[in-house]
Parts: sequence; structure tokens; C-alpha cells
Amino acid sequence: MASWTHKLIPTPARSVMLFVVWLLLNNSVAPVHLLAATILALAIPLITASFRDKQTPFIQWRLAFWYLLKVLGDIVLANVQVIRIVLGPNRLLRPGFVMVPLELRGALPLSILACTVSLTPGTVSAEILPYQHDPDEDVGERFLLIHVLDLSDEAALIQEIKQRYEQPLQEMFGC
Amino acid sequence: MSGIEWLIAVLVLLGAIFVLLGSVALVKLPDFYTRLHGPTKATTLGLGSLVLASMIFFNFVQNELSLQQLLIALFLFITAPVTAYMLIKAGMHQKVAALEVTKNQHLMQVSGKKPAP
Amino acid sequence: MLTQIVLVAMLLIGLSLLLNLWSLLRGSSMPDRLLALDTMYINSIALLLCYGIYGASNLHFEAALLIAMLGFVSTVAVCKFMSRGDIIE
Repeated sequence: MASWTHKLIPTPARSVMLFVVWLLLNNSVAPVHLLAATILALAIPLITASFRDKQTPFIQWRLAFWYLLKVLGDIVLANVQVIRIVLGPNRLLRPGFVMVPLELRGALPLSILACTVSLTPGTVSAEILPYQHDPDEDVGERFLLIHVLDLSDEAALIQEIKQRYEQPLQEMFGC
Repeated sequence: MSGIEWLIAVLVLLGAIFVLLGSVALVKLPDFYTRLHGPTKATTLGLGSLVLASMIFFNFVQNELSLQQLLIALFLFITAPVTAYMLIKAGMHQKVAALEVTKNQHLMQVSGKKPAP
Repeated sequence: MLTQIVLVAMLLIGLSLLLNLWSLLRGSSMPDRLLALDTMYINSIALLLCYGIYGASNLHFEAALLIAMLGFVSTVAVCKFMSRGDIIE
């Protein structure tokens, strides 16, 4: 990409998203809305450039698409399990906290992982430890603290999260 | 009633049932941390199903192109985990008691403290 | 027929709003009440969506979107206040 296009559109993905969201918000593709969407998609990333963290340079969109489909499928399928727990008697509940060691690095991949864990039933992510003040600071090994609704096998759960969600994310962001 | 209307009916009912289940979980489960699971998942899924039904209704029954509802679903699927994360952090900071049978309760203390400035 | 089914769905969502109100009033702790309030926001969006199908009108979506945004921002602000004692540091 030539350097002037990079200067004009610093974050192409975000510009596309702004364009689409503006059209959805107006629910029309009339020329005036297309014009407004283009102006906003170009102007907003430029104006807010100084507020942003450094963007992850590289995303494999094909893998990202499969990941999205997999997560949507998981949300639908595994909700049945939560319904069974919710409707069953309370004394059978076995909740618990679990620390999952993380190999993933970077703010965006980590927040996607935390959101995925929260949306897939049975687990809610609570905190990433230790706290990182500065994105470039090296804090050593990090953990994701999660609350689990039905904790029977801790090691298996950690293994599943790492295999099912962390590894695809690592491939996707190349880290 | 045509096939497409049956599809809408099933999606609407499924969505409403999921929303109701999320609220039942809120009333029935014993402590704050388990209660958090209901609204973040069942309710979000229910709303996703309702949004799908509404989109099918406006596009195929009313025959007007309308994808606005997608925006609501998108927004909710992004914000629901963030809300849950903020809530559980607030709960741990306020030292809301967890159920006695909760395993690894000591991990709550590790997290609740404020990071050094 | 579809109208009746949507009415039943609205009844179910209304019932869940009542359950939310009950847990909001009972609230054993502050985060609990906040959770109930947040669920109430989401359920009222669901009610508005059903009402849109019932009346075959597209007018309610802006309202639903506004409720979604305000609900999210206010919940996060109160959470931040509870966990840090401050909203903007």
C-alpha cells in the first residue's frame, strides 16, 4: 500500500465498519447517506487517531470468519446445558473459580478471548492477572480468572478453553 | 399461516422463552456469581433470536429491506460480556459472598485488590 | 395467528420483567441490584422488538437502540464507581 493511502485511511477495517454502521443506522442506501457515510468513515479515524492504542498489524480474516461461526454455534448449542443447570435443583450446583494460564499476548486478542469465554455458557471471565499498566511492559506469565457454573474437571476445562479458543486466536493474530 | 410465518413464530417464542429463563435464573440461583450467568447468556441469546425473527418479518412478510435490527444484535453481543466483566469485578471488589460450595474461593482475594498506582 | 403468538411472547417477556423487578427490590447486595437493572434494560429492548413485529412498524428500533446504549453506559459507569470509587480517573 502506498504511504499516502495509509495516511489517509490509517485503519481500513474500522473505516469499513463505520461506513456499514452508518448505512444500517439510516436503513437506506440513498446517495446522500452514501456520501455522509464516506465522509464519516474517512474523518472519524483521522480525528480519533491520537486516542487509539497501536492496532494489531495483522489479522487473518478467513480464520476470523470461521472463529466467529464456531463461537456462534457454541453459544447456541451450549446454552441448553445452562438451562439444565438453571432449572435443576440448587443443591446440585458446583460453582468455582479457575485460573487459566495464557499464552496469548496483546490487548485486542486478550479482550476477544475474554468476551468469548463470557459468551459461551458455563463460564464468565472475571479478570486478567497480573494487571498491565503499559502495553509494552513485560509482566511475565498472565492468567485469566474465570467463574464456572458447573466445575467438575478443572484440568479438562482449562484444556478445552486453550484448544478451542486460544489456539485459533493465536493463529489468527500470528502471536 | 405460511411457512415463513411459522418460522417467525418459532423464533419469537424461542427468544421469549430464553429471555424468561435468564430472568428465572436471576431469581432462583443462590449467589451473585452464579446469578450473573443467566442474564449474560440466556438473555443475550434470546434477544438474538428475537432480532432474527424481526429481520425475517420485515424483509419477507412486509417486503421492505430493513437490516437495522442487526445493529441492536451486534451492539448487544459486544456489550454483554463487557457488562458481565465489569459486574463481576465490582462484586469481587465489594467482597460479595460466594456460595459456600464454591471451589477455589481464595482466588477472589487475589483479584479484588486495587492495582498499585 | 402470528399476532397471537407475538402477544404470548410479549406476555412471557412481561413476566420476566416482573421477575427482574422482584430481584431488583429483593437485592441482597448492590451488584445484585445492578445486575437486575441491567437485565431489565435488555428485556425492555426485547419487548420493544416484539412490539415492532406486533404493530408491523419500524419506528421502535431507534428507541430500542437508545435503550441499549444508555443501559450499557450507565451500567458500566455504576460498576466503575463501585469498584474504584470514581468514574473517570
